[in-house]
Amino acid sequence: MDKIKFIHTTILRKVYLCYAFECVKNAANSFAMNLKNRSLVSITDFSKEEQLYILSLAQDFEKNPVRNLLENRVVATLFFEPSTRTRLSFESAVSRLGGKIIGFSDVASSSMTKGETLKDTIKIVSNYCDLIVMRHYLEGAARYASEISLVPIVNAGDGANQHPTQTMLDMYSIYKTQGTLDNLKILMVGDLKYGRTVHSLLMAMSQFNTTFYFVSPKELMMPEEYKLYLEKLKLSYYEHTDLNEYIGEADIVYMTRVQKERFSDPLEYEKTKNVYILRSEMLKNTKPNMRILHPLPRVNEIDVEVDEHEKAYYFAQAQNGLYVRQAIITSILGVI
Amino acid sequence: MSCSHSGKDKTQLQVNAIREGTVIDHIPPQNLFKVISILNLHKITTQITFGTNFDSQRMGKKALIKIEGVFFTQEEINKIALVAPSAKLNLIKNYEVVQKLPVSIPDKVSGIIKCYNPNCVTNHEKVTTLFHVVENHPIMLKCHFCEKVMTEEHFIFI
Ligand SMILES: [Zn+2]
Repeated sequence: MDKIKFIHTTILRKVYLCYAFECVKNAANSFAMNLKNRSLVSITDFSKEEQLYILSLAQDFEKNPVRNLLENRVVATLFFEPSTRTRLSFESAVSRLGGKIIGFSDVASSSMTKGETLKDTIKIVSNYCDLIVMRHYLEGAARYASEISLVPIVNAGDGANQHPTQTMLDMYSIYKTQGTLDNLKILMVGDLKYGRTVHSLLMAMSQFNTTFYFVSPKELMMPEEYKLYLEKLKLSYYEHTDLNEYIGEADIVYMTRVQKERFSDPLEYEKTKNVYILRSEMLKNTKPNMRILHPLPRVNEIDVEVDEHEKAYYFAQAQNGLYVRQAIITSILGVI
Repeated sequence: MSCSHSGKDKTQLQVNAIREGTVIDHIPPQNLFKVISILNLHKITTQITFGTNFDSQRMGKKALIKIEGVFFTQEEINKIALVAPSAKLNLIKNYEVVQKLPVSIPDKVSGIIKCYNPNCVTNHEKVTTLFHVVENHPIMLKCHFCEKVMTEEHFIFI
């Protein structure tokens, strides 16, 4: 009986989602118009409907990622702080759509070392391209750039602040693995205090009636401002220091890195570093639909033997970034 | 203390009363010098009187400033709301209070305060700071650039 009920609700859920996505697609023209020439600095720069539109476009790109939509377009990737993984994902997204790439991958090879201001670099580069993808070690650098640039800016990470394309690919991965974004239970594990990906994901998923579970060492708990934000929205959240506590409830387990430099007391780090490790035996009593996500790179927080488990999704998650970035870039350039 | 503007007592008139200008009352004493600096009073050449630690029924202690011949715009007045939300402005004409203005907290604060986040772009490039007021009581500002939220104890005036 239970199984039939489960199948029934799953079908209903899928029908509803197709309906929701159809509505978004029907309104696609107006969203496409709206996104043209807009910068994406923070996830909240796009409305919920615009985010859903990007996800529906990403679905199309996943089916057909090689298209000549960016012919004669130039995208600059300015990485003031190195991040090979993110840069390659953006550059691959642009290349597969026939666009050209200019830029630099670290400050040492750019004029920044000669003391040029961010303002001058952005002013000059924005003469040479149609869109700038930038990563910077300073918080607020992308917002500032978006206000002086002649072309739109896509933020690929500004210090500990925002990384909206990561958030969108996390949302896309959740949607793909669960068939919905609504009413899910998300367990976040690790550094919840400084981890920008969990903060942005919390903001994004709070639009979909999510229940949150926070598991972290005492020193790295979810900051008050985010808990207050959930309380204002009347969303439930639960906190614990033990990873085993809520793992059976979760639809999504979102793992993050616990970094040594975040601890004021090195002894405290030594005590906790091996506590927040996900091992395959911990997955025994988890839900069948549960999937494990991680923004990568990981250190040791997911045991390598978990990689082979059907619930491990983090490598596929990284690949989803490609389609989401294609959707974002083509929308902003107004070529879709 | 006496806040008389009647002009009857000549000795008090010299020290206290102004003929035309602005009296800013109900300033928290610890923030008097911040108000002076926010309103750039050190650049004003007309007569200014400062007083502090006066007894106040409402606040316990209060400070006040009397500025001869100067009237402020609403925008200028709102700047002091960050440090003296309870302040009242009295506009004086011919020794009489002709208008009382409360200060109101603005939606945005531009260029008066430094962002407390050392890693914020505004502390590294020549950028005019900008904050959005996200909460009034107690006042909380969100940096337009780095998106960090700060409370009064972190306000550093430029
Ligand atoms: Zn800031």
